[in-house]
Amino acid sequence: MAEQLFYFFIYPGLIFAGVIGGLLAWFDRKITAKVQFRKGPPVLQPFYDFLKLLLVKETILPARGSRITFLIAPMFSLIGATLAAVFILLPLMNINIGFQGDLLVIFYLLTMPSLFYVIGAMASGNPLASVGASREIKLIISYELTFLLVFAAIIMKAGMTINLQEIIQMQAGGSAFIGSISGVLLFIAGLFCVQAKLGLVPFDIAEAETELSEGSFIEYSGTAYALIKYTKYIMIFILPALLVGFFMAGFNWEGMGILWSILKLLLVVLLLTLIRNTNPRLKVKQAMRFFLVGMNILVVVAIILTYFGL
Amino acid sequence: MGLKNFCLKKSLWLFHFAGASCNNCDIEILDVLTPRYDVERFGMQLIGSPRHADIILVSGSINQRDKPRLLEIYNQASKPVFVVAFGACGCTGGIFAEGNTFAGPVDKIIPVDAYIPGCPPKPEAILAGISKLVKTI
Repeated sequence: MAEQLFYFFIYPGLIFAGVIGGLLAWFDRKITAKVQFRKGPPVLQPFYDFLKLLLVKETILPARGSRITFLIAPMFSLIGATLAAVFILLPLMNINIGFQGDLLVIFYLLTMPSLFYVIGAMASGNPLASVGASREIKLIISYELTFLLVFAAIIMKAGMTINLQEIIQMQAGGSAFIGSISGVLLFIAGLFCVQAKLGLVPFDIAEAETELSEGSFIEYSGTAYALIKYTKYIMIFILPALLVGFFMAGFNWEGMGILWSILKLLLVVLLLTLIRNTNPRLKVKQAMRFFLVGMNILVVVAIILTYFGL
Repeated sequence: MGLKNFCLKKSLWLFHFAGASCNNCDIEILDVLTPRYDVERFGMQLIGSPRHADIILVSGSINQRDKPRLLEIYNQASKPVFVVAFGACGCTGGIFAEGNTFAGPVDKIIPVDAYIPGCPPKPEAILAGISKLVKTI
């Protein structure tokens, strides 16, 4: 019991994933600043933001709307993200308690934050928030199928094993999945799904700052918004880490492997940041067409290539 | 208390309220986000919702129609929130001070923590004003 609580709260879970995720959120903002020839924020900026929201600011509850749901939704999104972090990071950190079928659990847990953002936005009773929530739902509908197909293709490539630990070990023994043609196609599709899951710019339709003024999060303030920020920090760590586990043979914590592990993670975050900085926001229709037509065809082609062993 | 104030100082989010402005001040606010001045290195960023605001920048003269909206925005913001009266119109009313529809400078409506005069204020003046405000926290 104590071991499970330690896993959940401290080492691969809440605190560890949040701290590393905060540093990655700084990396994202710093690279954004460098792309725009600016200097960028200091290293601890995400933690200043989080602590300010948590400790200093007042939490305002909506006058009309379901207050309990409004407050519970960020907690559940944080719990979902933390559980996903535990299941993803335990195999990646070489603590072997993965079980058969943990990929499916990870897939469902990764959906929880987005779903609870929607529930919280609906509970706030703000019209802009409900527009944001409806857009978020449309985005979920469009990218989840592609993300599931990527999972299916990875399971197929790994010889029908539904266990993250075994998938990573298979790549560590032979060659990484990104070395094949189908692996590259799957990596592209997975990267765009992660971009949409994180709500970064081409797919930040739900929290469009210019027309919806933060969309789903418009009514959140103080502690509740701090929990949402923390969830986002955890997500920006675990989703690239999942991609590294799927395509680049995971992490290796021995000797020079430490450097390579960190570089792999930073490379995926760098790609996400560059996509974010070089694209305008899509419309809902365009994003749905992008995933439902373009990316799904890409993944199906990759699955067919996998079948022929390419 | 020390940690709270330190974090607040390091991460001030700006919400921009434009009254009946001639848009010159608004453009100067955007100037401090550019590479030359880069206000993000102090942890400041422009945000869209008054619920997340730490500083409300009020630019332009406030007329009869703006007054209830400004009060509503101020009440919606989560406290503690600082108000900066921005430009000649925000500070005193400027050339509109004797106008028919003028509803008083900003400090007659909501408490103001800092004034940044100028028509429009230069980006250097904005940075100086905000850093003076940060020192009072």
